Amino acid sequence: MFIFKWLNAQLLKMEWLSNLVEKLITDVFKLDMTTRLGGSLHFFIYDVIKIFILLSVLIFTISYIQSFFPPERTRRILGRFNGITANILGALLGTITPFCSCSSIPLFIGFTSAGLPIGVTFSFLISSPLVDLASVLLLASIFNWKIAFAYVVVGLILAVLGGTIISKLKLEKYVEPFVYQNQMTESEQEQMTVLDRMNFGKEQVLDIIQKVWLYVLIGVGIGAAIHNWIPQEIISAVLGQDKWYSVILAVFAGVPMYADIFGTLPIAEALVLKGVGLGTALSFMMAVTALSLPSMILLKKVVKTRLLIIFAGIVTTGILIIGYLFNAFSYLII
Amino acid sequence: MNIKVLGTGCKKCKTLEANVKEAVANAGIEATVEKVEDVQKIIGYGVMSTPALVIDEKVVSKGKVLKAKDIEKLF
Repeated sequence: MFIFKWLNAQLLKMEWLSNLVEKLITDVFKLDMTTRLGGSLHFFIYDVIKIFILLSVLIFTISYIQSFFPPERTRRILGRFNGITANILGALLGTITPFCSCSSIPLFIGFTSAGLPIGVTFSFLISSPLVDLASVLLLASIFNWKIAFAYVVVGLILAVLGGTIISKLKLEKYVEPFVYQNQMTESEQEQMTVLDRMNFGKEQVLDIIQKVWLYVLIGVGIGAAIHNWIPQEIISAVLGQDKWYSVILAVFAGVPMYADIFGTLPIAEALVLKGVGLGTALSFMMAVTALSLPSMILLKKVVKTRLLIIFAGIVTTGILIIGYLFNAFSYLII
Repeated sequence: MNIKVLGTGCKKCKTLEANVKEAVANAGIEATVEKVEDVQKIIGYGVMSTPALVIDEKVVSKGKVLKAKDIEKLF
C-alpha cells in the first residue's frame, strides 16, 4: 500500500517535480512562493512540464495498446452483439479505439452500413472524445484515482444511455439515406510488428503534442491566473459550490468551446482549488470535449439536423445531470 | 501509376498529399496524384480511418500520415 502511495505521488503527482520547480522559483528567480507572482509561476512551470511528460508517456503506451484495436476490428466485434450489450461494448471500445474526428464520417458510415444500429455507433461517438485513457490518467494525477474512476464510469453510462435513447427513439429515419446505400467492403487487416506498433506510438505522441501544445499552455496559463490572481470571492460568487446555477453556467460556457481535454484539466484543477464544486469543474471539462463544432459540422453531412440536435441535447443534459451528481456526492470521493 | 489520397479535408490528409507529391518527385516516377474527398468513394475502398493511401486501386495504408521516404518504399 505504501509503495502504491509512493508511486502515485512520484509518478503521477510528481512531487519531486513540484519541489524542484519550487527550488527554481525561490533560489534562481528569487521569488517568494507565497506571492502571486511566485505562486502562479510555480503553478505554470510545474503544470506544463508535468502535463507534457505525462502526455508523452501515456499516449505512447496507450497508442501501443490501441494499435490492437483498429476500427475494422471494433466493427467486427460489435457486429456480434445486440441490444444494450452492444451499446456498452460500443462505449467501451470507443475509449480504446484510436480516433481522429476527421474520421468520424467514414467511421459512422462504415459502422452503419455494416448493420450496426445507430445507437451503438453513437455510444461509440460519445465515449470516444469524452473518456480518453490518457486524460483519465491525467485526472488521477491532478485529483485522485477515485475521481478518475468515477469520471470513467459516469462517461460510459452517458455514452450507453445516449446511444440507447437514440436507438429507442427510432431515429434511423434521420440518417442521410446514402449512408445505408453503401456496401462496406471488408479490407484486409494489416499485420503489425512490435516495431510497427512502437512507431505508431511515437507518431501519435508527436502528432498529439503538435496539436495540443498551445491549448495546454493556454489552459495552464488560465489555471495559473485563476490559481493566484483571481480572488476566491469572485469565483465563489459565480461558480461556488453552493450556487445552484454553477453547473448550468459551466456547461453552457463549455459547449460552444472546443479545446483539447488536456488544456481544460489545469483549468478544472485551479477552479476546484478555489472552491468550485468538483461536479461544476468536471462538467465544464466534459462540455468542452464531448461536443465540438468541428465534429458537429462533419456529422451534419451524414445525419439530418434534427438528429444532430437531439444528440447534442442528450449529451448536454447528461453532462448537466452528472455535474449535479458529482457536486452532491463529491464529499464521498475527494 | 495512379495514386489516390483519401481524406475528408483535415490537416492530416493535406500533409499526406504533400508527402506523396514529395515522394513521387524524389523517386522520379510517372504518377498521377489525386485527392479523394467524397465520402462515398472513400467508403467504397473499405476505409474507415482517414487519411488513407491507394496505389493503383489497392489500399496500402489507412489512418496514418506516412512520411515521404516510407511512401517511396511502396512504389
